[in-house]
Amino acid sequence: MTSDTLVEISDLNFSYDARPILKGINMTMKRGQLIAIMGGSGSGKTTLLKLIGGEVIPSAGYVKFSDQVVHELDRDGLFEIRRKMGMLFQFGALFTDLSVFDNVAFQMREHTDLPESMIRDLVLMKLNAVGLRGAHHLMPAELSGGMARRVALARSIALDPMLMMFDEPFTGLDPISLSVIGSLIRRLTDTLGMTSIIVTHDVQESLSIVDYVYFVADGVIAAHGTPSEVRESVAPFVHQFVHGEVDGPVPFHYPAQSYPQDLNLEKTLV
Amino acid sequence: MFKQLASSISNIGSRAIDGIWRLGHAARFFLLVLLKSGTSFQRFGLVIRELYYVGVLSLIIIVVSGLFVGMVLGLQGYETLQKYGSESAVGTLVALSLVRELGPVVSALLFASRAGSAITAEIGLMKATEQLSAMGMMAVDPVSRVVAPRFWAGVISMPFLAAIFSVMGVFGGYLVTVMFIGVDVGSFWSQMQSNVDFRIDIINGFIKSCFFGVAVTAIAVFEGYDSPPTAEGVSGATTRTVVTSSLAILGLDFILTAFMFRGI
Amino acid sequence: MQRRTLDFWVGLFVTAGIAALMFLSLKVGNLSTYGVADSYVIKGNFDNIGGLKVRAPVKSSGVVVGRVADIQFSTQSYDAIVTMNIDSRYKFPKDTFASILTAGLLGEQYIGLAAGGDEVMLKEGDTIMKTNSAMVLEEMIGRFLFDKASEDDGF
Repeated sequence: MTSDTLVEISDLNFSYDARPILKGINMTMKRGQLIAIMGGSGSGKTTLLKLIGGEVIPSAGYVKFSDQVVHELDRDGLFEIRRKMGMLFQFGALFTDLSVFDNVAFQMREHTDLPESMIRDLVLMKLNAVGLRGAHHLMPAELSGGMARRVALARSIALDPMLMMFDEPFTGLDPISLSVIGSLIRRLTDTLGMTSIIVTHDVQESLSIVDYVYFVADGVIAAHGTPSEVRESVAPFVHQFVHGEVDGPVPFHYPAQSYPQDLNLEKTLV
Repeated sequence: MFKQLASSISNIGSRAIDGIWRLGHAARFFLLVLLKSGTSFQRFGLVIRELYYVGVLSLIIIVVSGLFVGMVLGLQGYETLQKYGSESAVGTLVALSLVRELGPVVSALLFASRAGSAITAEIGLMKATEQLSAMGMMAVDPVSRVVAPRFWAGVISMPFLAAIFSVMGVFGGYLVTVMFIGVDVGSFWSQMQSNVDFRIDIINGFIKSCFFGVAVTAIAVFEGYDSPPTAEGVSGATTRTVVTSSLAILGLDFILTAFMFRGI
Repeated sequence: MQRRTLDFWVGLFVTAGIAALMFLSLKVGNLSTYGVADSYVIKGNFDNIGGLKVRAPVKSSGVVVGRVADIQFSTQSYDAIVTMNIDSRYKFPKDTFASILTAGLLGEQYIGLAAGGDEVMLKEGDTIMKTNSAMVLEEMIGRFLFDKASEDDGF
């Protein structure tokens, strides 16, 4: 536990069936850092989170979490490190048959022998941190999208994880909820002293809160740097992504044969 | 023509291989559920909760159908038996058909469409909305926390439901033949009691319903857990649960009946 | 759903299920009529058992007093050995007459016991000496036709 590095990813490869998704990823994440992983849709960002959490096994390379290689752990070892991780799923993934209170209390009841009165206090503290103490009696179906995600955030920090992973935390939120979630992530990362990884394609919101950015495209890291470096970057891909340009290194068109050929124009012209 | 034939044959072949592969997959999953059932018994509250959704909520359909099936059996049996002057045997007919066959089989079919489909849809939706992945990421095994309690709740409820179905059926037959038609009460019960055997009929019917309970819930949890995480994936899995478990019930019923009543 | 109400309903469900099983066993089935009481075993040799089956009732004066436990074929005497479990409340004399009878014209076959006058009672494992085989319809018709034919010859 001496090292400053919490997560180390080295030469990571992953392919789904025969289709390579990730091709040689290297990353280091320090304790207390808030990191964003950005990239277009389908560029393998979520897969990267699954590899860190040990849900899938890499075809080459490794992920180290506090000096343990994740995919070499057995089931108990994996569950042991997962207790130190939290993950916020894209749409919250709250347990729909449990109330907000029971959702947040879930991990405490599963993994600790705390008395019910202490669980109650802890749950209310966690809910207070996301501003939803008053909603503890509601069912997930009664919550708005932004509230559901805040409850899910409270649930994932229930056992004070060392590492938080956020899978597209900003998707489908109105601007107010979006900045609420954004500032919550920053604040919780600082107050709990945890490392946070945000997978997102929301450039403006994430650049305003993170410490470091990785760009993933076509399964490789296309660029990385601090937010200010990224904003200034002249690399064509980063420029296109940050400024949301339609065409550039990431082409607008899916690869195809030439347009006239597809429409059989050349034949008729002859 | 030739090409079509060849492709349809290879199609059948690949579907057969697919089916066998799925069967193996299901068997492995079944073993996994059994292995991870420890939590269900350490924390029986989880099973009790599912018993409510699986068992108690199936009661109404079981009670009402049992009553009607028994009433129909009474009517039909009386119609036929009175031609031979043995209408007093109607109690035997109602009780034997219910205890041996209709009780276990019809209640299992109803159970598959009422509770089996609900289990599949619930687990499938939990998977589609990433609740199962979220549970796994919280270091809680979804098989032992979500699947196993539902499986055991189904296995426990099924024999009870079948017994309640049979009792309601006997009561329905009693209503129609004794109360409405006027068959003698004494001969209704005594004929029944002297011809229904505890070991041969009742215990075997009970064993049948246990088998059906295992089959239906195993299929339901597997289809739910295995369903593609999309809306049509879940709906397809729900349909498959009802179809597959109905076929499994009828097939198993034949095999079990052949085993149980062969020597008699 | 409150935990308590949930437990209550499940409890009710389980109680109803067990009650249904009890009802089936005691009221519909005949668990109450045998198995509870002690029984003793007697045997009988029959030339022909017809359609007698294991678990067929053993009756005396129309009352069920036991059940057929086992049917074997003996290669020593070339007849059928029928083992019966008789309720130990009912004792029968040594010279009891056992015959295979049919309930109704086409009904199931059972063993009827007609008590004799001996002072000694049958004990566990004893064999009934006097037996009467099942009536086989074909034999009866055959004998009837044969008698008819020989009558005709006489005239």
